[in-house]
Amino acid sequence: MSPTSLHTAREAIRRVSEDPHRLGHRAHEGEGPLPGAGHGETGPADKRIIVGYGFWIFLLSDIVMFSCFFAAFAVQRNATAGGPGISQIVELPRVALETGALLLSSYTCGLSFAATNARNKLWTQVFLLITGLLGLAFVAMELQEFISLAAHGITPQRSGFLTAFYGLVGLHGLHVTIAGLWLLTMMAQVQVKGFRREIIHRLICFNLFWHALDIVWIGVFTIVYLMGVRG
Amino acid sequence: MSDLEHDPQEYSGELDRREDHAPGDEPEESAGHWIRNTSLGLGFSILLTAAAFWAVGTHLIWGPAIPIALIVFAIAQMGVHLVFFLHVTTGPDNTNNILALAFGVLVVFLIIAGSIWIMHNLNQNMMPMDELTHMQP
Repeated sequence: MSPTSLHTAREAIRRVSEDPHRLGHRAHEGEGPLPGAGHGETGPADKRIIVGYGFWIFLLSDIVMFSCFFAAFAVQRNATAGGPGISQIVELPRVALETGALLLSSYTCGLSFAATNARNKLWTQVFLLITGLLGLAFVAMELQEFISLAAHGITPQRSGFLTAFYGLVGLHGLHVTIAGLWLLTMMAQVQVKGFRREIIHRLICFNLFWHALDIVWIGVFTIVYLMGVRG
Repeated sequence: MSDLEHDPQEYSGELDRREDHAPGDEPEESAGHWIRNTSLGLGFSILLTAAAFWAVGTHLIWGPAIPIALIVFAIAQMGVHLVFFLHVTTGPDNTNNILALAFGVLVVFLIIAGSIWIMHNLNQNMMPMDELTHMQP
């Protein structure tokens, strides 16, 4: 065995023992390491991947925070202190409309990213605008629900259950509101700066955030509203 | 002018198939691929949402089983969103995304199941409210 092949074999054994599953170092489809892809010793991955992955970690931590509010709701669900219970405050038609608006907005958000990938500024903006309007409709319906409940004296101070209800649904609504503001700034950035590298990274993150909000809403409309119908 | 514009690494605007990928991202595909994918996701989501709203009002399902059915529909729809909207797949380029997601799901499960379990136990072992009020002077 020549010294070079011995060295290569040692190197291979060392790499396998340090990182048996080759996480993040895998060259796909049997090809060699790709420069700038984080494979082997070719340097860190593309910024596009690092930014998206970092935002994915943030989203998961955000979902963990939501899970605390879900847990509080599950625990406080029957703590009505003689006040109204969940089955008395659910209005299914409104929830169906809210769900439809948010689902459609997720769809148009996906379409806007398709336009971004095709580097089409007009359609990116059009679909982002529709996404924002649907989000606005969602927040408006939720606000209307809160206001009409409060008009009947059903406020967060009334019982532990209502605190948890307003906390969970309100936290989600707050997220949608903030995401809507982010959407406006993204539209402005696309308009002024165009599809520059960092703008596309931000668009990827915005898309992830918006879709994640829809996933959280699936939990909210199922656990809070649909399961609440039967008390 | 930001420094990013002078990034020495030239940006082709394309991702290579052989790289790892972040969620929500895929190697460059035609717009048709993205639109088809997203539309499929919308179709499945509409079906599952409609099924959930239908299950609440129906008498076809045995009453106590309805919450279970709702949870099944919700989890299925979350899966649809992850695959078709967030583009999280089981491919080798997604190992890191899946591992992070698995850890997130574990923490969520611990928080929710743990809270419900502990609080249920506390409620069981707590003295009933009326006895408690009688004990006060």
